[in-house]
Amino acid sequence: MLNSSLKQFSTLLAAKKISSAELTGEFLKRSQALNPGYNAFITINEETSLNQARAADMIIASGGARPLTGIPIAQKDIFCTKGWLTTCGSKMLSNFISPYDAAVVERFNAAGAVNIGKTNMDEFAMGSSNETSYYGPVRNPWDTTAVPGGSSGGSACAVAARMAPAATGTDTGGSIRQPAALCGISGIKPTYGLVSRYGMVAFASSLDQGGPMAKSAEDLALMLNVMAGFDTRDSTSLQREAEDYVRELEKPLAGLRIGLPKEYFVKEINDDVARAVEAAIAEYRKLGAKTVEVSLPNTKLSVPVYYVLAPAEASSNLSRFDGVRYGYRAPKYIDLDDMYRKSRAQAFGAEVKRRILIGTYVLSHGYYDAYYIQAQKLRRLIALDFAEAFKQCDIIMGPTSPTVAFDLGEKSSDPVQMYLSDAYTISVNLAGLPGMSIPVGFGDKNRPVGLHIVGNYFTEAQMLNVAHQYQRVTDWHMQMPAGSQE
Amino acid sequence: MQWEIVIGLEVHAQLSTRSKIFSGASTAFGAAPNAEACAVDLALPGVLPVLNHGAVDRAIKLGLSVGGKINSPSIFARKNYFYPDLPKGYQISQYELPVVEGGNVTIHVGETEKTVRLVRAHLEEDAGKSLHEDFHGMTGIDLNRAGTPLLEIVSEPDMRSSAEAVAYAKTLHSLVRWIDICDGNMQEGSFRCDANVSVRPQGSDRLGTRCEIKNLNSFRFLEKAIDYEARRQIALLEDGGAIHQQTRLYDPAKDETRAMRSKEDAQDYRYFPDPDLLPLEIPASWIAEVKSGLPELPQQMRIRLERDYGLSAYDAAALTADREIAEYFDAVADKLPSDPKLCANWVMGEISSYLNNEGKLFDNCPLSPAQLVQLLTRIKDGTISGKMGKEVLRQMWIQSGEQAGGWKRHDSEPVENLVDEIIKSQGLKQISDSGELEKLIADVIAANSKSVEEFKAGKEKAFNALVGQVMKAAKGKANPAQVNEILKKKLAK
Repeated sequence: MLNSSLKQFSTLLAAKKISSAELTGEFLKRSQALNPGYNAFITINEETSLNQARAADMIIASGGARPLTGIPIAQKDIFCTKGWLTTCGSKMLSNFISPYDAAVVERFNAAGAVNIGKTNMDEFAMGSSNETSYYGPVRNPWDTTAVPGGSSGGSACAVAARMAPAATGTDTGGSIRQPAALCGISGIKPTYGLVSRYGMVAFASSLDQGGPMAKSAEDLALMLNVMAGFDTRDSTSLQREAEDYVRELEKPLAGLRIGLPKEYFVKEINDDVARAVEAAIAEYRKLGAKTVEVSLPNTKLSVPVYYVLAPAEASSNLSRFDGVRYGYRAPKYIDLDDMYRKSRAQAFGAEVKRRILIGTYVLSHGYYDAYYIQAQKLRRLIALDFAEAFKQCDIIMGPTSPTVAFDLGEKSSDPVQMYLSDAYTISVNLAGLPGMSIPVGFGDKNRPVGLHIVGNYFTEAQMLNVAHQYQRVTDWHMQMPAGSQE
Repeated sequence: MQWEIVIGLEVHAQLSTRSKIFSGASTAFGAAPNAEACAVDLALPGVLPVLNHGAVDRAIKLGLSVGGKINSPSIFARKNYFYPDLPKGYQISQYELPVVEGGNVTIHVGETEKTVRLVRAHLEEDAGKSLHEDFHGMTGIDLNRAGTPLLEIVSEPDMRSSAEAVAYAKTLHSLVRWIDICDGNMQEGSFRCDANVSVRPQGSDRLGTRCEIKNLNSFRFLEKAIDYEARRQIALLEDGGAIHQQTRLYDPAKDETRAMRSKEDAQDYRYFPDPDLLPLEIPASWIAEVKSGLPELPQQMRIRLERDYGLSAYDAAALTADREIAEYFDAVADKLPSDPKLCANWVMGEISSYLNNEGKLFDNCPLSPAQLVQLLTRIKDGTISGKMGKEVLRQMWIQSGEQAGGWKRHDSEPVENLVDEIIKSQGLKQISDSGELEKLIADVIAANSKSVEEFKAGKEKAFNALVGQVMKAAKGKANPAQVNEILKKKLAK
């Protein structure tokens, strides 16, 4: 049953084969059993979740159920959740009980979904391995000596280990797609502006975007139906008509033009990853798609551009964590400046401090033009590359990450190596495009490989269709890690 | 050496929106600490700013009123610094592209008219307040004011004296109230001035090093602070010293400015465009809509009053210093076009002082323009003297209650003639029957032979004494002009 799709859970609930309370109880039991090993959750509130489940059961009994009513969903701990500890993986917010719900949380509540817990993450979403969390690293359920990826590593792990049917994530430079790839699940980062950022703790505002993580594209479509939508409280939210992301799932792929950027298939990719990705593309050809070589010449600039812009915004976004109104305050200090200094020094981890320093530097007088302004110009060029490529193809494919999951500790002492592993995903955020990752096999040490699918703006329905058609003829997404078998 | 003082002002006008510039919290003054700070104002994790378009409307209004350029787009930027009453660790302001650029303000100092150019006006949010008293060595933070919309209006260094600076500040103060974008309450901090002051040798075209005096919240402090600061700088330079660029504070108790921080410790605010807010696009249709709602501006009205009513520049300027006075006067003069000067004198004199005494504004004047015109008409046609007119006004004031919603709402309604009733019932009608007057005067001459002799001996004062006696005998109801005429005639015999 654990491997059921959201639709199957919904059918079971509707048919009263199982109650939401029972279903939630099952997943809670699993989470409590597995979490000490995986560390996927920061907070589990059994009673709160069960109360929500019982409320959902009443809705189901009254005939008012919607597609996700009664289904447990894990929330990344970056989404403010009323009455729940909301830490963002940081000591800074280790005492922060949110007084309000993020827009995404509100939407799941309104849909009748059950919050099954808050998932672990890199501190303030800064990291690609989940090793920067104040709450300790998350393990990859396929191999507990490996990282799950980051920053939405807890969500990826929870879904991969079937501790939750689905979860939310956020993606600033690949934080949904890379952990999805490394944990063998599916995840989509929608077009910037599709999912409200209200109540999502900000890392880099112009890049941050929430999205779903689940086993399959079909599940992602149902999740996105709940998550996407205009929100007046987010000025960057897009006012457009609501879409049904399920509607195109069954469309055949005949005639689909898949663009393969020549810059993506280079020596930096490990052979095991390349083999799995090429096999997946071969599968697509069988499904009737054509491939065409495209070029994204500025791909190599995406990492340096990102590591100017994201830290710049982060350095300012994280200024509110000053120990004055909420969050961590140093126990001892002599004056105001000392309070700021000690509170921030004691409560931010090394990676967060590194990015605040970089961001402060690039925004400083005399450096702003050389770094920030230049990076903004290059960002535009990167977006133009994609616009050019989409004249020749409908969708772009490549590897999500150049390698399978690396070992815990392997890159944590070399931030630049860590940053470079996000080269493919980062450019998508810089352009504001939608991107997703689906599992397409296994590489070295039997660790999962993800296929990166990038669509044009607002083509989420088509991307989900492309992913779903692949998942109809393959079963990578149905495979469960050995340690998570029922 | 002759020194020239050079002054530029930065005015922070709090915009009169009901809610804050980036949140839905109330901007009402005087609430319990932090009662008006919502999640956005507290900068809770995850909250986002949403621009209040009412604040933009008001910025456009000012831009149009000063003939400035409305930028589209303009950009909101973050000004980063740490302070306990700045909850986000940055202030949302505008930096490279402000909403308004350029424009100018015409000021009057004595008989001289002068134009002060504006650099820009930009939208920004106010910070909260740090309260250092009552917390036993700790600081209390009140975030009610955090997020209140401000329009920072920056002038060129075009003023050359504290009098000019005050005239500019007053003109701007009057303008923002005139166009209804700011309540102008300086005590509550709704209109605050920072003055940039420098001095240079007369005739030099190079600017001296400036000091900025922060947070001057009255015109008097503005004047005194500039005067002190100019004296300080001149004395320093004449002693062979140099001015260091500084931010200074004015201490009204000691009447001096003192250094707050120098340029060397000026912070690097690391301005950058706020990624949470889109560039502010202001289409022509938006500007046109605001424009159609703009009232006649004080400068235009001043010219009209001079031209159409033949008022002096002084009267026209005084009347247009405040929109409520101006509108009241306009309504009065419109109904009595034959004597605008009489109207002006009564509006600025009697009516103004009655209202002042009661702490009322012209919009809530119990006497409507139509009623005042009834009174002035009786003065003009000689039914009562001006002095009697004041007595009638006193009684009218007592009898007239304030009209609900102010006089403007009732201006087209018919008014009963209170004036004629009072004159009649109190017998205040002037004696202008010359037979009756001649008899009165003859009696006075007969009873005051000493004064008559003195007058004939050339003492002009004695004539006035006789007039006084006549008026007394007439119980003030005699027409003074007529009294003069008859008395002169009789004494000349």
